Amino acid sequence: MKSKRTGKPVFFVVLILILALTFTAFFGIDNYYGDKREIYLKGAEDIRWGIDIQGGVEAIFSPAKGSDVSDADIEAVKELVSLRLVEKNITDNEIYCDTASGQVIVRFPWKAGESDFDAVATVNELATDAMIVFRKGTEETGDVILQGSADVKKAAVGIHPETGEYIVELTFTEQGRTKFANATASLVNSQISMWLDRNDPSKEEGDEDAVIHTFLSAPTVNERIDSDSCYIEGSYTAETAKELADQINSGKLPFSLKIDNIQVVSPTLGSNALEVMVYAGAIAFAIVCLIMIFRYRMNGFVAAIALLGQLAGTIACISGFFSSVNSFTLTIPGIAGMILSIGVGVDANVIAAERIRDEFKKGKTIDGAIDSGFKNSFSAIIDGNVTIVIVSLVLMGAFGSPDSFIAKIFSPVMSFFGTAVTGSIYSFGYTLLIGVIFNLIMGVFASKLMLKSVSQLKFLRKPWLYGGKKNG
Amino acid sequence: MANKILDTRKLFKMAMIFYAAILVIGIVMTVAFGVKLDINFSGGTRLSYTYEGKVSLSDVEKTVKEVVDRDFTVSENESIAGDTKTITISFAGNESLSTDSQISILDKLQETYKDNKFEEGQINAVAPTVAGAFLKKSLAAVALTAILVVIYVGIRFRKIGGVSAALTALCALVLDIMVSFFVCVIFRLQLDSNYIAVVLTILGYSLNDTIVIYDRVRENRKYHPELETRELVDLSISTVKTRNIVTTVTTISAVFVIILVAELFGLTTLRTFAIPMAFGLVSGCISSLFVSGPLWVFWREYRAKKEKK
Repeated sequence: MKSKRTGKPVFFVVLILILALTFTAFFGIDNYYGDKREIYLKGAEDIRWGIDIQGGVEAIFSPAKGSDVSDADIEAVKELVSLRLVEKNITDNEIYCDTASGQVIVRFPWKAGESDFDAVATVNELATDAMIVFRKGTEETGDVILQGSADVKKAAVGIHPETGEYIVELTFTEQGRTKFANATASLVNSQISMWLDRNDPSKEEGDEDAVIHTFLSAPTVNERIDSDSCYIEGSYTAETAKELADQINSGKLPFSLKIDNIQVVSPTLGSNALEVMVYAGAIAFAIVCLIMIFRYRMNGFVAAIALLGQLAGTIACISGFFSSVNSFTLTIPGIAGMILSIGVGVDANVIAAERIRDEFKKGKTIDGAIDSGFKNSFSAIIDGNVTIVIVSLVLMGAFGSPDSFIAKIFSPVMSFFGTAVTGSIYSFGYTLLIGVIFNLIMGVFASKLMLKSVSQLKFLRKPWLYGGKKNG
Repeated sequence: MANKILDTRKLFKMAMIFYAAILVIGIVMTVAFGVKLDINFSGGTRLSYTYEGKVSLSDVEKTVKEVVDRDFTVSENESIAGDTKTITISFAGNESLSTDSQISILDKLQETYKDNKFEEGQINAVAPTVAGAFLKKSLAAVALTAILVVIYVGIRFRKIGGVSAALTALCALVLDIMVSFFVCVIFRLQLDSNYIAVVLTILGYSLNDTIVIYDRVRENRKYHPELETRELVDLSISTVKTRNIVTTVTTISAVFVIILVAELFGLTTLRTFAIPMAFGLVSGCISSLFVSGPLWVFWREYRAKKEKK
């Protein structure tokens, strides 16, 4: 069998790449300008941990119009609040409903003193219904032309075809389109304005300032517009445009909520939970590596490097490595997903190493044994991994936000069962999927490259290091 | 070949005795003690008290335990401005907490911590957060996953009759879930929402283990077309068992380290996560080696006999 030899430097190149990924994923890259920390790449310390590990915020909401609300409405509030949290990547949350008083208690993770996340603002957003409103003229008292989800079906971030700036594109419903066409026909050469109307959750319903009007844009109408879409301009960044689109899309609560109080909660697992988990994780990982090296020698050493790469990759995807990406909430179920994916990663390396041993028993040389060992183990690893990917995709689709790409694929089946957004199961699926993808990169591809390359080094070219006999 | 060929028919019987024993013990324990559910599953009552100064949560837990003999969790809150502190005691279970017990808890707290000025705060009777919609959806997700896995395995392993192989693999998974559940009952652990993640993890492991075995069967069929199905499966399981055991031992040592470190630092809440996980992983290893494969052989032999007739 002919096979191309892998060059000696390849091992060191892969090793350095993995170590670089590991270092940046764990420690991040940041810079201090005086007191201000500028983050370039987020490290493990920027991970948002779950309430169980890090503690969080507890907010108690009650209906603004009094306690006389139906059970179904409270259930709808719970679903919507849960959805809004998951859409913010806050997958760890506890929502308790008291049907007698109509109160809803929401808990989500937050670290006291955490500066780049405004807990109070988030609680406000949870309780706020935002509604897009089109008005005649430029005053907030102008006659309403269009409003809310009855007229505007959905909002999305777009890019202006001429200026290249970020805009928010609105799609009208059938009813909205007719209303807009009629209104623009009678308003040629005058201005209309777009507003975001929100209720103020600290006020009672019916209070004078209970609704906040935020001005968005005021275009001049040139002609009658009969189209099912329009857009909002106004020097947005990618983030602010998305925020506005999310607010318009976020649905409407069946009754307005007011915030009774906001409190800080200590970690439910105990105050030292995070520290203990990090110790436990580090020792467990070291034990896994030691067992691998003890049993499989060089193959085990290479496997340990590959596992480190897999772990670092997973952490990078959770912390939101690049500073513009939101970090993901890591909870106990999320850690379970990581444990499973690391286990699958260990397995891929064990399967390959055992196969290489078998090949030595058949009397193959080092190159031959490593080559056919990896070749024979490939189908088992792929089939095992694909099955796990199927599981993780179904979980993410079933329990994540229904607007996500994966959820849409499964929606023909899942939509029969109503919405049940469950952040904890979603985060399990997420860490599992990411872990398995990195396992395919690290455990299958990088392991093979490293082992083939390192076996070319003369002083390491001894069969017993790879699973052969001592004097082989 | 250096590996001894195992007689999986014998091992299947032993595995079945093991699972039957767990089933019996589990059912007896469930009937005798019931299943402990946490407030997310069962709903319950949340009492909160404001206080001043400092108190230890574990002391409060002991104090309240003296008055009310039920399962509860205690957590500590602080207002965002940092001026008031609250302790929240959550009782799981449908039976509501009587006004008398509520009063006696407050009395006891005020009496024990005279300087801390405990005052009654909010009282909420809360509905289960993990409600019917979630359970329905979980079942739908499990069903959908099962169907997709059967389709995938059916296609990838069509040469060895993949659909029947996938179905026996799913049978083995049922045993794994059973073990993890009864372990919770036997160890008197409270089922919380993390338990669902534990079950999913065990399923993933066990499924992966089984597929590795089928992969060997598929390969051996190519090299040894003369072998009967039973001999083929025996041979494949014998050659793959080292890999299954190494992977399981490695993973379980990692889980045991987590249990050990957590117990050492008094993080006992991690028990509900790690203990069923450790046992479920062992079950996953046993069931994929000695249940799914042999079960598949029985099915193939049954079909072969039927076709002969």
